[in-house]
Amino acid sequence: MTQVITIHPVTRIEGNARIHIQLDAAGEVRDAQVRISSLRGFEQFVVGMPAEEIPRIVTRICGICPWMHHLAAVKAVDACFGVQPPPAGHLLRELCQVLAHIHDKILHFFFLGAPDFVIRPDADYSVRNIMGLVQQQPELAARVVRMRQLGQMMLEQLAGKAIHPVAAVTGGFARPLADSLRKSLYHDAQKLLDFAVFALEFAKKKVFSQFLEVFASVGAVTTGFLGTVDVYGNLRLYSGTLRMMHPDGHMKEFEPSAYEQMLAEEAVAWSTAKIVYARSWDEGLSLDPVSPKGVYRVNTLARINVCDQIATPRAQAELEEFRSRFGRPAQHSLLYHWARLIELVYACERVLELLEDERITDQTVRNHATPRAGRGVGHVEAPRGTLIHDYTTDENGCITRANLIVGTTHNIAPMNVSVRQTAASCIQAGKVDDEILNRIEMAVRAYDP
Amino acid sequence: MKDKRRPRLSFVWLHACSGCEIALLNSGERLPELLNKVEIVHFPLLVDHKFGGEQEFALPEADIGFVSGGVASEEHLALLYSMRRTCRILVSLGTCATHGGVPALRNRWTAAATLETVFGDTSGRATVAAEMPALLDRVYSVDEKVRVDFCLPGCPPHPEMIVHVIETLMTDGQPRLPGKSVCETCPTIRTGEMHRTVRRFLNNAEYDSDEPVEEMRCLLEQGFLCMGPVTAGGCGGLSVPLCVQARVPCRGCYGPVRPEGNQLLDMLNVLASHGVDHRAIVDRQSLLRFSGAHGLLRLTRKTK
Repeated sequence: MTQVITIHPVTRIEGNARIHIQLDAAGEVRDAQVRISSLRGFEQFVVGMPAEEIPRIVTRICGICPWMHHLAAVKAVDACFGVQPPPAGHLLRELCQVLAHIHDKILHFFFLGAPDFVIRPDADYSVRNIMGLVQQQPELAARVVRMRQLGQMMLEQLAGKAIHPVAAVTGGFARPLADSLRKSLYHDAQKLLDFAVFALEFAKKKVFSQFLEVFASVGAVTTGFLGTVDVYGNLRLYSGTLRMMHPDGHMKEFEPSAYEQMLAEEAVAWSTAKIVYARSWDEGLSLDPVSPKGVYRVNTLARINVCDQIATPRAQAELEEFRSRFGRPAQHSLLYHWARLIELVYACERVLELLEDERITDQTVRNHATPRAGRGVGHVEAPRGTLIHDYTTDENGCITRANLIVGTTHNIAPMNVSVRQTAASCIQAGKVDDEILNRIEMAVRAYDP
Repeated sequence: MKDKRRPRLSFVWLHACSGCEIALLNSGERLPELLNKVEIVHFPLLVDHKFGGEQEFALPEADIGFVSGGVASEEHLALLYSMRRTCRILVSLGTCATHGGVPALRNRWTAAATLETVFGDTSGRATVAAEMPALLDRVYSVDEKVRVDFCLPGCPPHPEMIVHVIETLMTDGQPRLPGKSVCETCPTIRTGEMHRTVRRFLNNAEYDSDEPVEEMRCLLEQGFLCMGPVTAGGCGGLSVPLCVQARVPCRGCYGPVRPEGNQLLDMLNVLASHGVDHRAIVDRQSLLRFSGAHGLLRLTRKTK
């Protein structure tokens, strides 16, 4: 006799997912899977469309991170058409991207993740959420809502549409930044930085202290990591080289356009999300939690692990403290939350840095593009991880082939490993309750899928 | 138990991206106020309520239910039927739910062609996603499958409009949409002189960046395809349409001005009546990129 336990739907994540846990006759976990059921077919229906329109289409892959798809797509189309944006075009795109990271990290930490830590995972499910936070800590909740809103308003001022944006265009950006707006954005960005520093201090005192004691069993796995760095090894979100770290710590860098040599995709029966693994390690794919093979992770913890340092002072100080406590690479899944808030500090500092760059108010924001046949790979670091868009165009500049690897796809393998490990360590003799099931979901939530 | 008197709200997403839900969260200071006035019985993004009961998608009873996303799989259909059974008032939230939205672009291909493109040649690999819910033949809007009490289009709908609709329905009122086109809410300068053909958006529009958008010439008159005349307005709230704020032409994300309109035919009519040659439009069918449900986008693409 075997028993199947289902958690459906996985909540406080974006998208449709369920967890399947199979127990053996003795009630021990035999297998567990995160099953994703969403197949929209973007790779099919962009075929035949003019490439310059695609950055306005693929935004609908994700309403939380539309900016990431918008920018990876526009970079891929630039490469297909062989056009380089002027400096202000790149700076404005990056400014939008880091602002979008800010709203995303506040959303994920406070609205989705934090209720497990601030309200406790054993609390009744009906209060373990943002409404519970509003009731229990109204001042904190009000500040969180206000700051997230501020980041979104800044994006609207810069780019019109904040959700499903349109302002990044082939060859650059649609609209220059006026100096008056630059000054007001700078002022607002300082408020965001103050909040980011506060959020990290708050989390260190009230949240992270529980991690390694109370939640040691949640998501303790060992994998490799993938992220983006510049030539000095600094953490980068908008552009740079991909750096893959093997679980043993050795690292290899590669250009985004070489992703097919480094990574392999595999379809499975139980999920519409394909599984991506490290082809270059030559060890195949295994989701066995004791010794996973080919499994690497992306997203905040991965970026914090693969970079040598962060080029902004406050985030760098936080990175040093983090490394002194957890080493490099840090492996525990719940540390994603900690890394997320270090990145929040970096993103706020980076907004200020970008606004200080004199070139950002240049009037020339876009170079003319001529449709042509070509192939282009565009990549950015999305909140959920390395995002790759790969397009091929015909002589009329219309799409003939598209391949997309989104952040969450890289993390499907490690999420499954983490869920299996967490389920196996929390479920004994077939005994489950709401708290145990929520701990298993926490292993998914850490990845912010 | 004063909680019992709070209106019960239920949210599900089907073939969706979560943009509508994020738009609701973007209602800012009004959000905590709203959350305090209602009881949310199901909302996977925010609340840990699970499906339960005898049927797979059993949901609690609610006064008002919101469905985002179109209907693309057997699973979506089962969940939608469950929503209809349990909600007194059912709202289609966002253009995917009201008109199919971007994911209905798949209606130009068969489901089998889409699967083959996404998963590669699956012949002999019958196990690929085999345990997942079957795709429907095409992507449907919510009203094609169940009775809908109110349709709120937008990709995403404006946050204040979402809050307005929730608050009005909570008091048993009838919410109102602006009923205007994007053009009617756009302040750019129109002279009546049109460019003779339609250009691809490969250069920025002509405008003085030191001047407000009110000083910019209409983008359609500048020769760019702008779907403003045939698209429902409201994206900017009381302000300028959002894409126009970015100096970028509208692509129609609120769907047709009249719910049963056809954005492709309506736009070709607008161009013809102004003597503009529409043959320069590359991939005309994609003018239905937000409203391809209701059988408007059909199998017109050759399968490989």
